[in-house]
Amino acid sequence: MNGLAPQLWLVPALPLLAAGVLACLPRRACRLAAGLAIGALAVSLALSLAALAVTLAAPGPEGFRAVVNFPWLVWGEHTLHLGWVLDPLAAVMLVMVSLVGLLIFIYSVGYMAGDENFTRFFCFLSLFAGAMLAVVMANSLVLLFIAWELVGLASYLLIGFWFQKPAAAAAAKKAFLTTRVGDLGLFAGMLWLYAATGTVVFYDGGRGCLESAAVSTLAGRTVTAGLTLSAVISLLVLLGAAGKSGQFPLHVWLPDAMEGPTPVSALIHAATMVAAGVFLVARMFPIFAAAPPGATGTPPALQAVAWLGAGTAVFAALIAVAQTDIKRILAYSTVSQLGYMFLGLGVGGVAVGMFHLLTHAGFKALLFLGAGSVIHGCHGEQDIRRLGGLWRAQPITFATYAVGMMALAGVPLLFSGFWSKEEILHAALGWPVSRGPFWLALAGALLTAFYMTRQMVLVFFGPYRGGAAGAGAHDAAPPHESSPVMTVPLVLLAVGTVVLGFFGTPAWPALQAYLDPAHAAHFAPDLRRLFSAEVLKLMALSTAVVLTGLALGWWLYGRRPVTDPAAPDALELVQPGLFRLWREKFRVDEFYAATVVRWHAGWAALGDLLDRWCWGGLVWLVQGLALGLAWVSRLVDEMAVNSGFDAACARLVRAGRRVAGLSTGRLPGYLRGVAAGALALGLLLLWGGCR
Amino acid sequence: MSPLERYLIVAALLFGIGLAGALTRRNAILVLAGIELMLTAVNLNLIAFGRYGGHAAPAAGQVFVLFVIAVAAAETAVGLALIIAWFRHRRTVQLDEADELRG
Repeated sequence: MNGLAPQLWLVPALPLLAAGVLACLPRRACRLAAGLAIGALAVSLALSLAALAVTLAAPGPEGFRAVVNFPWLVWGEHTLHLGWVLDPLAAVMLVMVSLVGLLIFIYSVGYMAGDENFTRFFCFLSLFAGAMLAVVMANSLVLLFIAWELVGLASYLLIGFWFQKPAAAAAAKKAFLTTRVGDLGLFAGMLWLYAATGTVVFYDGGRGCLESAAVSTLAGRTVTAGLTLSAVISLLVLLGAAGKSGQFPLHVWLPDAMEGPTPVSALIHAATMVAAGVFLVARMFPIFAAAPPGATGTPPALQAVAWLGAGTAVFAALIAVAQTDIKRILAYSTVSQLGYMFLGLGVGGVAVGMFHLLTHAGFKALLFLGAGSVIHGCHGEQDIRRLGGLWRAQPITFATYAVGMMALAGVPLLFSGFWSKEEILHAALGWPVSRGPFWLALAGALLTAFYMTRQMVLVFFGPYRGGAAGAGAHDAAPPHESSPVMTVPLVLLAVGTVVLGFFGTPAWPALQAYLDPAHAAHFAPDLRRLFSAEVLKLMALSTAVVLTGLALGWWLYGRRPVTDPAAPDALELVQPGLFRLWREKFRVDEFYAATVVRWHAGWAALGDLLDRWCWGGLVWLVQGLALGLAWVSRLVDEMAVNSGFDAACARLVRAGRRVAGLSTGRLPGYLRGVAAGALALGLLLLWGGCR
Repeated sequence: MSPLERYLIVAALLFGIGLAGALTRRNAILVLAGIELMLTAVNLNLIAFGRYGGHAAPAAGQVFVLFVIAVAAAETAVGLALIIAWFRHRRTVQLDEADELRG
């Protein structure tokens, strides 16, 4: 056991602690708040890097794995263990989350400067980052679930950070409720897992639920319709993952989450929230991949993951094509890229999916922060039709954004997105079940290149259309470059976006070897693999697809610079019907509003009616009864008790007054009384004496 | 008529005069004087019974009288002091104006 692992609880604890302290700080302590949050996360990053170094130095085919478990709840003969685990998967995620999070924190100092709730913002950010780090490290599904819900809470707080905007409040609510639907699945899966295996600890020296004994138990039991227990639990967990990671049909909250401040969008879309779903599947991969003894072929759970991912990748990319809000395009691209990650997990295993998650975290954080810089520099304008020509005004933002865009689009060779997407395509091509996901992924790549080119051209080239629109007086000021506190993270992320890709190329698949140590030999560095016919063919194909997408985008939007923000979209002229459908996001929101929401509203109305008339009437009745009784009681008090008492008192007063009249205060009168008394006494004695 | 009876008659007269004075006068000092007269009558009775009563104890009447005189002197002093205090307060010694203590 390594000396570092027992101390690793500090990694999530420090940001959480910082959040707790920040919650108690007064509002004006901005500098202190930012310093605390950034400092805590920086220490977490340092610890994460140390943990990564420890795992990198680990020998053995099984890879490094250190676990710390402790009993948390004991009831009867059941004991619920919590704990944390340090393995390659956790280590890379720790570094990614804390690094991207740290850059976003620093960027936020510039972006949120002047906001009156600056302190609160950093409190929530810290909570978010800490919760996500806890998700990554958890070695128990219960602890993971707790942190998972904390992530949900923090996202709710941050999306609704500007809660005075009704749209932001509604988006926060939507995000919370939609992910709750998925969490129900995760919760059910967790209970079932506990019922079946008696443990929710992932790795516990052979007794954990992800280890071979438990997994073969799960795979050996058939529940219904040929599905094994492991498949059913996996599907339930997948529901939770799909909710968190914005997969169809639970993707609706993710684009709306753009209502939050832009650093929050970056944090949600890159490092924390949505990555949690992919990570969950990667963490529980042994259960997903479990096959009953003797069975061949791909387990149904993995097939579901692959198809879900592939479908969502194309579905969201189509919507992204028709959006006009710079952040919304990125949001749908996130949904689409998350689809790729699931596809990668489904067809290629943990390493493939995680590689794309890591590269995506880098370039999507870059893109969001770049978009934030654009919005900041253009005084809050988010509509790409009203932007344009910004490469002159914001050279740094432009350059870094271009790097991110090319990584996302999958421009060959230099950018990380290309390599990770290539890896997924490669795995999809070799999938024994079906070629469908491969073609879907290829179509998604084409669309990705196309919509990113569209966005790039509309935002950074052509004339600046903000002033011409006459939308408001604030547009009069020309756009400006952001301050260094915002541009430096951009540059760092851009560098990372380029560099990270080289750890996963077919020639030197270091990351795959690291994440999947069982097949390390398969991933040994070999430059020849890069030039094998299979890889070259695929690379040529995907490069052709990407270049087609780029060219198409340029041809439609770049040929003639768009000058009028009100002009119809170039694609709209070609395909008005389809374009409208895409712009309206396949009307999924409307569909939900007409079905789920209406059904819900019906029940709510019934509840309201019951409350108002049935229970309300009952309450009203009880109230009336109590009032009547009180009235009677008052009457008795006033009539019977009070009047009798009053009469007695009045007579006492009258009698007292009469007696008091005897005491005249006149001395002669008293003297006469004394004399008369003495006379009477004398007479009495005289009379008595005579007898 | 025995000497005792003569004393008693004089004492009764004295007492009657004192009582009449105390009851009828409105001047507080004269009422006090009336009360002193009644005390004198009592003293006379005590002396008379002491001399002619035929009791064994010698001079019991005289001793009694001496005590009564001492007490009466003290009582008169207190009474006069009250009257002076009251006079300072109200500028009068008319008893029928003293009615602040009525109930």
